[in-house]
Amino acid sequence: MNKIFLVIKREYLTRVSKKSFWIASLVAPLLLTAIYAVPIWLATRDKEVKQVAIWDGSGLFEQKDLADKEIAFQLVTGDVANIKKTFDKQGYDAFATIPADILKNPQGLKIYSEKNLSLSLKSDIERMVQNKVREILLRNAGISTLKYKETQVDISSETITVSKHGAETTSSSGGAMILAAILGFLLYLSLLLYGSQVMNGVIEEKSSRIIEVIISSIKPYQLMLGKILGVGMVGLTQFLLWIVLTVGLSTATSKFYQAPSRMATVANTSNSEELKKSVAKVESSTQPMEELNKVIESTNIPLILGSFFFYFLFGYLLYSSLFAAIGSAVESAAEAQQFTFPVMIPIILAFILAQFTMQDPDSNIAFWASIIPFTSPINMMVRLPYGVPTWEIVLSMALLVGGFLACSWLSSRIYRVGILMYGKKMTWKEISKWVFYKN
Amino acid sequence: MILSIQDVVKRYSSHVALDRVSLEIPKGKIFGLLGPNGAGKTSLIRIITQITAPDEGQILFDGERLSSKHVEQIGYLPEERGLYKKMKVGEQLIYLAQLKGLSRQESISRLKDWFIRLDIKEWWDKQVDDLSKGMQQKTQFISTVVHEPKLLILDEPFSGFDPINANMLKDEILALKDRGTSILFSTHRMESVEELCDSIALINHSQVVLTGEKDEVRNRFKAHQFEVIFEGDLTQELQGVDLISLEMSGDQSSKKGVFKLQEAVSPNHLLGQLIPQVQVQKFQELIPSFNDIFIQVVQETN
Repeated sequence: MNKIFLVIKREYLTRVSKKSFWIASLVAPLLLTAIYAVPIWLATRDKEVKQVAIWDGSGLFEQKDLADKEIAFQLVTGDVANIKKTFDKQGYDAFATIPADILKNPQGLKIYSEKNLSLSLKSDIERMVQNKVREILLRNAGISTLKYKETQVDISSETITVSKHGAETTSSSGGAMILAAILGFLLYLSLLLYGSQVMNGVIEEKSSRIIEVIISSIKPYQLMLGKILGVGMVGLTQFLLWIVLTVGLSTATSKFYQAPSRMATVANTSNSEELKKSVAKVESSTQPMEELNKVIESTNIPLILGSFFFYFLFGYLLYSSLFAAIGSAVESAAEAQQFTFPVMIPIILAFILAQFTMQDPDSNIAFWASIIPFTSPINMMVRLPYGVPTWEIVLSMALLVGGFLACSWLSSRIYRVGILMYGKKMTWKEISKWVFYKN
Repeated sequence: MILSIQDVVKRYSSHVALDRVSLEIPKGKIFGLLGPNGAGKTSLIRIITQITAPDEGQILFDGERLSSKHVEQIGYLPEERGLYKKMKVGEQLIYLAQLKGLSRQESISRLKDWFIRLDIKEWWDKQVDDLSKGMQQKTQFISTVVHEPKLLILDEPFSGFDPINANMLKDEILALKDRGTSILFSTHRMESVEELCDSIALINHSQVVLTGEKDEVRNRFKAHQFEVIFEGDLTQELQGVDLISLEMSGDQSSKKGVFKLQEAVSPNHLLGQLIPQVQVQKFQELIPSFNDIFIQVVQETN
């Protein structure tokens, strides 16, 4: 027991003391924070005000209608052909002509620009013209602008899960899907990542020939178990760092953005109108986060985290013992590739099945995928936020533990023979024979 | 006896690696385990180090049945050397010593002693990758002996050492023997057998074909041949003696003859017949080298 601990300690410390571990632990939270922070930064950034000249052939537009926060519209008169040639020299970014029959011909708007027109500028001009045209059309039809605004209702729904006992939980299925997808993907990545780390560790010991020294001191299964647990703890450490750093960084980022805008609103009254708008934008862009927060509040977090820990642990143990067996049978990472494929297939299959599970978490596919040990870690994590009956969770967990025991027995049989085999061309037939070798 | 190997059988799917092997390996001596490639030496060593288990038979370690508690009393230097390449020398040796049951503090103090003895203090914080082959060999030797095992198993210990380091290693092995360590020494190099071993066993085709104390084995293989260097000519027929070869010796003035005594003929009988005829300058019994014994026995048993 004491010796397994020594192996765990070595496996853990040699990996955690590597630079690459810390780079991976830092880069992922930075990236996630950037994904969250960059849209906010773009929204709060001062925009350059575009200058647009409008030539109105319909006579419907007045300069006072053209006030806009982001674009300075200027009504111009004169010869269209002449303005077309000179508008950019006069400092305009674009020049739009509104035809006389704009009410009947909504496609008649033409926009000229020297460089390619940006999509947002194009839609801003169109929106301005469209609002004015719609207003006139509504007025002509006898509908007041106020009435029209009242008709613009926004329907949104609240989804509620009702349990068999009648307890109601508000859930947001969009948010649940996001949470499910994140957890499933994390599991998928970690199974592949840490499983192959175990395999490479075994190959390293075999190809450097230290294996014979080590197993004259401890039993092969102790070495295998120690390595698997050590690498698994590296994985848990990395998850912990990712969670702490991501939460810390994104909290700090949102604090950083909120503080200056509030202060500015108070201090600078002349621009307050504009600032309120940018603050509103910040708020609207953080809305998905609020949505996610709502999901996190509505789901059973201890259950989700506990299950994540459980499925990571046993899913990892199951697959990494198979990876260890493969590592023991080969002499180089290149040779390992052909053998890793059969182990990767169930992981990839589980990930593909998870897409179906996400779309319909109560289907038969979802049920079986979350019960069978090889696919259950990813698929059960995907299903959990939608609510899963307790007996299914218990069955799935029990089968996973059983699957792990079976796989690790099989793997340790292969491992103890494989680590001492050199210079033989490995085949599946050969490897399957090892299972039945006596010690 | 440090090891008593009794009727050990080890079968693999396609062949028998050890066929009823019995050996007694004495305490505090150097025991040479000889044999051609594939004879079964490595299989036997792996059973003693408990990497594998025998199919039949048993092994007693210092009178007790060999079990996992003896792992800490055995030091093993395999023929294929290996260390963790990306680990520092000191940390690695501490790890290996701890696996052999030493505490961390104990490992550090013993290792420091060894590093001072072998004058390699500056290696402690180096990565194994940065050491030369010979330095790695030294490092591994330390890892084999640091826990002061009762039984030391050395498989081709001199391979990869230059003559200076090989001498140093030889001195260390002899020093360990003087302190009471029993050493099982597996090798192909017969000159190191002559130099170091007290007893030997020769394994061929999974069986022990020869065993005994070094001098006793050599005596057994004496062919009763005598080399005589003399001046003058042999004119009379010699009784009870066969002339094997006769040639001119170095300075052309003398001759070198090899004579084989027939059954129950004493060396004095040969000498008595030679003295009246020639001037005898040198008279010596030809003792077979272990190289000759090895080749002879292996060929006989093939």
